[in-house]
Amino acid sequence: MTQIAQERATPLPRKAAVQAERLSWMLGITAILGFLYLPIAVLVTFSFNTSRSLTWPMSGLTLDWYKKLASNDQLIDAFFNSVYVATSATSLTLIIGVPAAIALDRIDFPGKGLFRKLILLPIALPGIITGISMLILFRAIGFNLSLEAVIVGHATALLAVVVTQVYARLQRLPPSLAEASADLGASGLQTFFWVTLPNIRTAVIGSGMLAFTLSFDEIPVTFFLTGRDNTLPMYIWSTMRRGLTPEINAIGSLIVLMSAILIFLSVMLLRDKTKPKK
Amino acid sequence: MSAPLSVRLKRAAVLSPPLLWTFVFMFIPYAILFVYSFWVQKYPTFQPAFQFGNYLQIATDPQYLRVLLRTLKIALFVSLGSALIAYPYAYFLVFKVRRPGFRLALYMAVVAPLWVSYLLRAYTWKIILGTTGILNSFLMSIGVLSEPSSVFLYNQTAMIITLIYVFIPFMVMPIYAVLEKIPKSLIEASSDLGVGRFRTFLMVTLPLSIPGIVAGFTMTFTLTFGDFIAPILVGGPDGLMIANVIASQFGAALNWPLGSALALVMLMIVLTIITISDRFERLGQGKFA
Amino acid sequence: MTTIIETKNLTKKYGDVTGVDDISLSVEEGEFVTLLGPSGCGKSTLLRMLGGFEEPTQGRIMLAGCDVTDVPPSKRAVNMVFQDYALFPHLSAGKNVGYGLRVSGMAKREVIAKSREALALVGLEDRFDAAPHMLSGGQRQRVALARAIVRRPRVLLLDEPLSALDANLREQMQIELKHLHTKVGLTFILVTHDQTEALTMSDRVIVMRNGKIVQSGSPQDLYENPRTGYVAGFIGNTNLFRSRVETEAGKSVITCFGQPLAAPEKSASLSGHDALFGFRPEKAALVSNTEQPRQNTLRGTLADVLYHGKSARLVVDLGPERFVVDVPISDVSGVSGLPQVGDPVALNIEPHNIMVLEDEVTG
Repeated sequence: MTQIAQERATPLPRKAAVQAERLSWMLGITAILGFLYLPIAVLVTFSFNTSRSLTWPMSGLTLDWYKKLASNDQLIDAFFNSVYVATSATSLTLIIGVPAAIALDRIDFPGKGLFRKLILLPIALPGIITGISMLILFRAIGFNLSLEAVIVGHATALLAVVVTQVYARLQRLPPSLAEASADLGASGLQTFFWVTLPNIRTAVIGSGMLAFTLSFDEIPVTFFLTGRDNTLPMYIWSTMRRGLTPEINAIGSLIVLMSAILIFLSVMLLRDKTKPKK
Repeated sequence: MSAPLSVRLKRAAVLSPPLLWTFVFMFIPYAILFVYSFWVQKYPTFQPAFQFGNYLQIATDPQYLRVLLRTLKIALFVSLGSALIAYPYAYFLVFKVRRPGFRLALYMAVVAPLWVSYLLRAYTWKIILGTTGILNSFLMSIGVLSEPSSVFLYNQTAMIITLIYVFIPFMVMPIYAVLEKIPKSLIEASSDLGVGRFRTFLMVTLPLSIPGIVAGFTMTFTLTFGDFIAPILVGGPDGLMIANVIASQFGAALNWPLGSALALVMLMIVLTIITISDRFERLGQGKFA
Repeated sequence: MTTIIETKNLTKKYGDVTGVDDISLSVEEGEFVTLLGPSGCGKSTLLRMLGGFEEPTQGRIMLAGCDVTDVPPSKRAVNMVFQDYALFPHLSAGKNVGYGLRVSGMAKREVIAKSREALALVGLEDRFDAAPHMLSGGQRQRVALARAIVRRPRVLLLDEPLSALDANLREQMQIELKHLHTKVGLTFILVTHDQTEALTMSDRVIVMRNGKIVQSGSPQDLYENPRTGYVAGFIGNTNLFRSRVETEAGKSVITCFGQPLAAPEKSASLSGHDALFGFRPEKAALVSNTEQPRQNTLRGTLADVLYHGKSARLVVDLGPERFVVDVPISDVSGVSGLPQVGDPVALNIEPHNIMVLEDEVTG
């Protein structure tokens, strides 16, 4: 009785307090989202600016900068170099990384602790260290700095990404699945392709896509290992150092668009439909 | 009794590619880096030696110490700033948003920029904060400023803002993961015991989320610590960080031995931070058991 | 009857810890054998060695007369039902069942026909296309069974197959498993820590402890004649007490917490020695307390009454220890015919109902 009476006595101030709290949350979250997306909006908006200078207010709308991109051979070369590097590095890192994750999960061998530490190191280590240590190696063995050197560098740096994700998935996979497969007469290879791989598929695809994006975007390692050929980020980097133009914004906008498509695809793909309910 | 030969052969087939790769492309390069750090520079090349001159130079030459301290300071500010923004955001997602779809959308909103080029995300701040940049021209057009101000770009604040912007997803992700795992019953139990909401946060939620904060802190700290792009883009002369100094030793200065020693110092600092944070995270484990 | 599977001095050590300690046992073709014991007794390790998932540290395993100790699981004519079922989450129920046939290179059509047949055997013919996560716990259990028997193994190994099911379903599955065993005529070796499960289903129960076999026998044999106090306590309830056997004028007497009882015949040889004795709760009878002191009677105070429907379990306080006694509840007087908590009660135990038990060999 008294409790009901109390609640009746104070409905208005409580409601106001709740609303004030809600409002402040909304404002705060909106501010954070603004902080995250206004810069990207600025990047995209100014790619349509008629004037060469990036100042407010915009001088007018144009698609000229995009047209200029289409005839920029250096840019197009850099783009295809990046596709080449990212595709190769991703394939390599998956070929090495998936067995590495399986080894960490299933096999005991001497030096496993050191192997685990080494292979996971690049995820925490600044890229510059991977970059310079590989630079030193390639110089020592006389391997020319080139896109191929960059590929090896990326594959090494991104190994940790693939290994952690695939390993985490393997850990969630009950060991009894592989045992059941062997029990039912399957060979090691049959078990891998028919049981293990289908169950870690999403982790392999997901980490592969992540590795591709990171490789496509990579600077610190590329910076030290590339030869005459530029990757896309290195090309943008050198353009930026020469001066700021809406042309860079146009490249940026296209990259934002590509990223958005990739994000959408990955969300669609990685939606784990076969989640076992426990 | 050891495994049959066929099993051992299969194991070797699985093991050898990754083992070989890590040995050749990770172990050996780090080892050479280590060896080089004791060599001497003899312009235009360098010679094998075993001496601690490079380390001595780093320890005694005030310019290296200054850069090192500055890098640590900036990394600290970036991590702190990210945590201050990321924590309320993650908290809001986990405890205030009811619809799972909306929660996922807001989560993706923070994580998605990771897929957009790092370089471009740093670059946008350069065009926003620049002397002739968008912020300046905007403030002039609305009459706040009468002439462009250079206070925005080429200083450490600009760098900190840019780096927070670039690395904040790495702070949101672990904090969100930890908050999400806190059983709601714990918070209900606390309020059931008559503890107010703010004290419940201080005494239950916050302590339980420390492992996530530590993980985020470690990520943003080490990422900032090794960054050499932002200083060049928005940092200005007093914004150079340790990675820039290393890069220049392998570039223009052509002093690989000194660069290697600096890289090893950086490596040691990063490893120390990771080890400490590992301890912290392990302390937090088993709390939800 | 022929021996289908046999172990010789089978031992498994993990570093200094011995999981399975020098076990030699043989199983007849068509037998339903249960390995019973608490967790950590080595029963699962023993089963996993039979399946080929663990390598023995010592000893041999013979399957149908052939040494299979070093044969990998994929080449052993033995199949396993895993504790977590281990159904492949990416394959339908039917494809799970057909998996073992597919890998052996059987034609697709034949695989489908045989998997349907196997699913029908466990009553799931209409769930062929269901994904494992769409199935209930009991259905998953059946798919796992069908998958294991479709290959017609010489021996079917079942690792705690019912532990993940709830109580009602478990009871039902016990019956079904027993029927399935009769129907397919395979040799079943089941591991469990649940004594009811062991008693209801098996032809033979092997009680294990600390990596060793404590006793092996038919369920009835184990219940009636447990060899040790451990077996007596693990299978059913037993009131245990320790006593010296005193013989005076040709009559052997033992004392249960200070009260004399006539010693069972079996203990005659133990005269002058200490021994472990016990009796089952249903083997004692409640007698009127007012009667004159008589032989074979224990007196105590009723501490609690647990109502079980047709019977009641009485907890009797004997001073240092409490014993339990099961008494039938008569249709006429019901619970009211029982003494009240706090009343003095007397229990009659006939000497032939007292079991003489061996002491535990520790280690």
